[in-house]
Amino acid sequence: MIDRSGTPLVELRDISIAFGGVKAVDHVSVDLYPGEVVGLLGHNGAGKSTLIKCLSGAYRQDTGDVFVNGEKANIANPRDARDYNIETIYQTLALADNLDAASNLFLGRELTTSFGFVDDAAMEAETRKIMGRLNPNFRKFGSPVKALSGGQRQSVAIARAVYFQAKILIMDEPTAALGPQETQMVAELIQELKKDGLGIFLIDHDVHQVKELCDRAAVMKNGELVGVVDVDDVTTDDLLAMIIAGKRPEHLAA
Amino acid sequence: MADASASPASSQRKNILKTMEIDTRLLGMVGAFIVVCVMFNLLTDGRFLTPRNIFNLTIQTVSVAIMATGMVFVIVTRHIDLSVGSLLATCSAMMAMTQTSFLPAMGVDFGNPLIAPVAIIVGIVTGAVIGAFQGWLIGYLAIPAFIVTLGGLLVWRNVAWYLTNGQTIGPLDETFQLLGGIGGTLGTTGSWIVGVLGVIAACVAIWSARHARIHHEFPVKPVWAEGLLMVVAAALILGFVAVLNAYEVPARVLERQFEASGQVMPEGYVQGYGVPYSVLLLIAVAVVMTMIARKTRLGRYIFATGGNPDAAELSGINTRLLTVKVFAIMGVLCGLAGLVASARLSFHSNDIGTLDELRVIAAAVIGGTALAGGLGTIYGAILGALIMQSLQSGMAMVGVDAPFQNIVVGAVLVLAVLVDILYRKKTGAN
Ligand SMILES: Nc1ncnc2c1ncn2[C@@H]1O[C@H](COP(=O)(O)OP(=O)(O)OP(=O)(O)O)[C@@H](O)[C@H]1O
Ligand SMILES: [Mg+2]
Repeated sequence: MIDRSGTPLVELRDISIAFGGVKAVDHVSVDLYPGEVVGLLGHNGAGKSTLIKCLSGAYRQDTGDVFVNGEKANIANPRDARDYNIETIYQTLALADNLDAASNLFLGRELTTSFGFVDDAAMEAETRKIMGRLNPNFRKFGSPVKALSGGQRQSVAIARAVYFQAKILIMDEPTAALGPQETQMVAELIQELKKDGLGIFLIDHDVHQVKELCDRAAVMKNGELVGVVDVDDVTTDDLLAMIIAGKRPEHLAA
Repeated sequence: MADASASPASSQRKNILKTMEIDTRLLGMVGAFIVVCVMFNLLTDGRFLTPRNIFNLTIQTVSVAIMATGMVFVIVTRHIDLSVGSLLATCSAMMAMTQTSFLPAMGVDFGNPLIAPVAIIVGIVTGAVIGAFQGWLIGYLAIPAFIVTLGGLLVWRNVAWYLTNGQTIGPLDETFQLLGGIGGTLGTTGSWIVGVLGVIAACVAIWSARHARIHHEFPVKPVWAEGLLMVVAAALILGFVAVLNAYEVPARVLERQFEASGQVMPEGYVQGYGVPYSVLLLIAVAVVMTMIARKTRLGRYIFATGGNPDAAELSGINTRLLTVKVFAIMGVLCGLAGLVASARLSFHSNDIGTLDELRVIAAAVIGGTALAGGLGTIYGAILGALIMQSLQSGMAMVGVDAPFQNIVVGAVLVLAVLVDILYRKKTGAN
């Protein structure tokens, strides 16, 4: 069981953000404890990606605050988020197609030689190591990621997020393009990272997977938070009802 | 890429290229360049490929080639710079005014050894500041580069005019003129020394790259392939030096030199020009720019931003500041190009650098820089500049009318891009 007596690792408090007239996220509060996986569920366009982008520094929320380890965090850009050890796997993967896997993995944090030049050989060696763990079939270290399959690209994005020893990991549909074996490896990876005490936000459309991998699930609908539930207290049908109808299950509606 | 229909011979050839890991695109450009040279050589009864003409071709290319290396970065980051010709003029005007008017007004008179270095620094700083300013407008105020530099095209051309009252400013300082081309060369011995040093540097670079891969236990090319690469590099470098050395200083010029130093020229004395300082400057620029592109974070970020600006931003790269840096580099190179161009003329003229923006962009694009961003090489741009210049001077030598010259150059630009698109489609290369 997750110990939720201490201060949460992350607390998103009353976050709102609008694009023009569209309220993409509307007064949403979610928290995350060390060693916990919180699933974010909701229909397409519910606001899941937008919410976590406020944490990863891609967007700035209009109202609300982010707390990391109980302290108010000022995250104005992705660099700030990295300083808080927040790593993100974006739904769009955010890879530079013209660069190879190693260059993408280390983008913004290149290993350098003592002369200050980028050390491509060292970066490729590190990439080979981590890819060996995540996706042993991966061979295309020399080609630009444009030449990779969707799943291979996804494993590069995952490798980038886990390589730098994040404390807070955001995974926006990390297995959308993966085959069954690779999906299984990501599931194992999540379990492993959980044991190391990371907090993980996992956005996923598969309620079975969420029930299996997550401790709690937060459901969003039209930018609003429907509710946060312990996955052991609900059935997959309950989760589906929350996603589709936007109603908390009756036995929990205290 | 398995190709069942390929004949054994051609697949074998492909294998050799593959083992050598040679960019076939580069090979294609070199091939085109050779075709152009041979064609003009035939049309001019062998006058095109003389040491004299190759020497002239080289020094005529330098100014545009220097700017083209910077244009690679600009285009790779999905921008464009239409102001380079005008910026060159402003830098050149600043340098000319510094040596003929500003410094003398401060009591530093003509012939003072300080004049050339100060003027050069003024020119480079002018380019850097103006470039950075344009980069700031583009990066931070989000005005499209096309518009900012289209404005710059008019503004800087006329700032140069204003600075000089539209007059030709000259003659320029003697030391300053050394960087113009024929006015300053290394001489034969110096050229051989530089050539040998170049060969050593190339071999060391090839060998240490191999060593790094072995160190990390990555696959490497066979030794013979590396060796062949070194031999080719050495042949190219030394061949180039030999040609430039073979261009002899005219006897009357030598006689005058001997007279000036109060000596009599020995019978049958000859002296080659060797490598011009301006070409050394271009080589230095090319090496530095290639290092930036391949070996520094700045270069990595330039290419990442060109490949996917959003991904670069999300990876924590400050893409706005990057834009400022890219345009500042472009500005510095315009300063250097202005130095070479005005030193070659031995004066600053009001129309210096006119239409250079088109030549520079064409050189970068012919050299394989993709306007969609993310792709381009420094050596490609220099080769592109060389091809453009060869076409232009070749046609002039053959006696093609001026309008036809420009028609051909324009058509070649469009054709080159078409060939590039087809090539990329066919090879599936990026
Ligand atoms: N940059 C933007 N500009 C304008 N509107 C946006 C922007 N980003 C998101 N939106 C809008 O905000 C709402 C929430 O989008 P968001 O991407 O967060 O959905 P999501 O829950 O992640 O959906 P999906 O499951 O399809 O990934 C949508 O209506 C979307 O159109
Ligand atoms: Mg989404």
